[in-house]
Amino acid sequence: MAVLTYRDALTQALREELQRDDRVFLMGEEVAQYNGAYKVSKGLLDEFGPMRIVDTPITELGFAGIGVGAAMVGLRPIVEFMTWNFALLALDEVVNAAAKTFYMSGGQFKIPMVFRGPNGAALQLAAQHSQAWESWLAHIPGLKVLTPGTPADAKGLLKSAIRDDNPVVFLEGEMLYNTKGEVPEEEYLTPIGVAELKREGDHCSLITHGKMVLVAMRVADDLAKEGINIDVVDLRTVRPMDVEAISRSVQKTNRAVVLEEGWEICGMGSQVVDFIQRECFDDLDSPVLRVHQEDVPMPYAKNLERAAKPDAGKTVAAIKKVMYLD
Amino acid sequence: MATKVVMEALSPTMEEGRLVKWNKNEGDQVKSGDVLAEVETDKAVMELVARGDGVLRKRLANEGDASPVGTLLAVIANADENIDSIVAGAGAPAAASSASAQQAQAQQPSQGATPNRAVADTKETASKSPVPQSPAQSQGEASTPPQQKTAAPRAAAPPPPPASRPAPPRPPAPSAPRGNGASKAPADGRQRSSPLARRLATERGIQLGSVQGSGPGGRIVKRDIENARATASAGVAAGRSAAAERLAKEGDYKDVPLTQIRKTIARRLSESNGPIPTFFLTAELDATRAAEMRTQLAEMGDNYKASFNDIVIKAVALALTEHPEVNAHWLGDAIRQFNRAHVAMAVAVEDGLITPVLFDADQLTLWEISAKARDLAKRARERKLQPDEYTGSTFSVSNLGMFGIDQFTAIINPPEAGILAIGGVEEKPIAVDGQLEVRSRMRVTMSCDHRVIDGATGAKFLQTVRGYIENPLSLLI
Repeated sequence: MAVLTYRDALTQALREELQRDDRVFLMGEEVAQYNGAYKVSKGLLDEFGPMRIVDTPITELGFAGIGVGAAMVGLRPIVEFMTWNFALLALDEVVNAAAKTFYMSGGQFKIPMVFRGPNGAALQLAAQHSQAWESWLAHIPGLKVLTPGTPADAKGLLKSAIRDDNPVVFLEGEMLYNTKGEVPEEEYLTPIGVAELKREGDHCSLITHGKMVLVAMRVADDLAKEGINIDVVDLRTVRPMDVEAISRSVQKTNRAVVLEEGWEICGMGSQVVDFIQRECFDDLDSPVLRVHQEDVPMPYAKNLERAAKPDAGKTVAAIKKVMYLD
Repeated sequence: MATKVVMEALSPTMEEGRLVKWNKNEGDQVKSGDVLAEVETDKAVMELVARGDGVLRKRLANEGDASPVGTLLAVIANADENIDSIVAGAGAPAAASSASAQQAQAQQPSQGATPNRAVADTKETASKSPVPQSPAQSQGEASTPPQQKTAAPRAAAPPPPPASRPAPPRPPAPSAPRGNGASKAPADGRQRSSPLARRLATERGIQLGSVQGSGPGGRIVKRDIENARATASAGVAAGRSAAAERLAKEGDYKDVPLTQIRKTIARRLSESNGPIPTFFLTAELDATRAAEMRTQLAEMGDNYKASFNDIVIKAVALALTEHPEVNAHWLGDAIRQFNRAHVAMAVAVEDGLITPVLFDADQLTLWEISAKARDLAKRARERKLQPDEYTGSTFSVSNLGMFGIDQFTAIINPPEAGILAIGGVEEKPIAVDGQLEVRSRMRVTMSCDHRVIDGATGAKFLQTVRGYIENPLSLLI
């Protein structure tokens, strides 16, 4: 298997799907001539030309709407947001147009499109530009929400997203783009709605998604040194969520911690905990704990930002607590 | 971590205990399992053991003090640990809500009502009360008293306000690394246990009340259930689970659903004759050959001595295995017929009586019964019996022959269906085959719960008993 960056894995996925289906096109700020703000679309303008790789004005609501319209008439748009923080301006199109048109048209209009871009905090981008939006988006019936944490999943899931006939929200991470991982050489699709057990252990289930998968793997390594072996359940897709995979793991370990990048209240972890209490009530040996961003706007100061973010130390502490080891 | 030493429920019916003697002084190093004190319960003098390691920092009860179950008696902690807050909370026995007290009583109609003995039908209680009530627990790691069947302290206060519950998650605080606030003990009198622990306990037939919780606030968690078997070798926990095993095993009994006629008989007779519609069957047995056998056995040496009481117990036990309809418990909605014979015998003690049990008495030799009965009676008088030694019987005998009583009626111990009252053996002139002979005669009277046993059923059982006693060699085979 080749070792690729998350960024290059995404580029491969885009290229393969642009080649495979000429209804697919990419649209967004700086995606063409500048090769993308984070260089995900590097080289695509040269290969596919300005009709397929389209630079837009700085008008999130506008080009998101154009995307929905294009999807209604049979194209398969990929709308790139420079970051999901900017996509707030476009949420009316995402939530009211993309997510609901199939339903409100009585099935006459499919919306086979992808909204993608980096999500969550990077480093010192401050309160307005350091936000994880998956729980907002996963709240909406009609959307699928994908949160790949590794290059292989990024590629496999983006290809699945592009081929899906529903609007798919695809959440990447600025801090993820340079991370590396093995990616199969041959073509493959990662199924939407299927979690992956990224690490196996009997003592506790650590359920996570997106950028936090990397943190979870570090936690698993750290705990293994102490003889604690955990399941790392990477949800990969937060909507639809793989409840079965969660239950399977928790029924085995009897304990769970949910790790996510966003805030506590109504976060993705809330939903995971709800599934666990419903599906695994008699299997639980301790309350499920959550690790998440502190309930404050992201501080700019480096030390405060570090304190506000979920991290390996907080996760280890939570796992020891549910194991009654603290 | 400080460990609270509380008045534990050391017997199924214990509501309070009197601290007889401290075995450890303040400042003594103690280990988990060390005997801290002797406590007199309603039935026996029991050992109160440490549930944690450390120094016995403070004794809060004096010898002679009687305290309700749950009362803080002492504190075990590290030598330099601040225990002021724990000590400050002393004197207030953990209150169980009156509702739970009622519930506990409602679930144990058979408990403590009769003067004869306290039956602990552990199986029944276990199945009906999967989450036992218990006094509130401390913040100690392992200090939940093993309480389950005990009714709440009489002077149960209303549950305290929920102020001391762990704070629910609030928006400004992160939920995961929230420190140890969650280990604050709840003060509402509930025994905490994880759903998994409850499930495992049910599956394994372990009574949660007999398990020491090691989680926050004394919560019983998976590892406590897993350890429960291992540690069940000493103390009350052992007694409880052993007793539970004795009665709880599938295959040891058969539950017979009530037929309509049975239900009607039960209802009508209860209306007529109190909660247990009892009737009595008296038979005079010929004990001549039994008396001869006793004499011969005694000549063989002390090891072979057997009393009339031992002979009757053996005969009754054998007869019970042949008459499961008599070897039965009344469960209210079914009759539980046992295929093992656990025979309780009433023993007079200084201020009452107690009924130690000869388990599987049909399997014991006459001499084993004799030895066990002597030992049980001796320890009963010394109040040294463990709870599992006087609970779990399927039938009872009571003997007043040694007091010169010819014949009497005994009170049934619910949920048992019968008890056999044994009078004294005396020589009487009696017609045998038309000839007057002097024979040893013994009168036995069986009290029968008519909901379970009909006249003919009881009579047939007594016939079998008669057969064994009048042909006593059959007891030696």
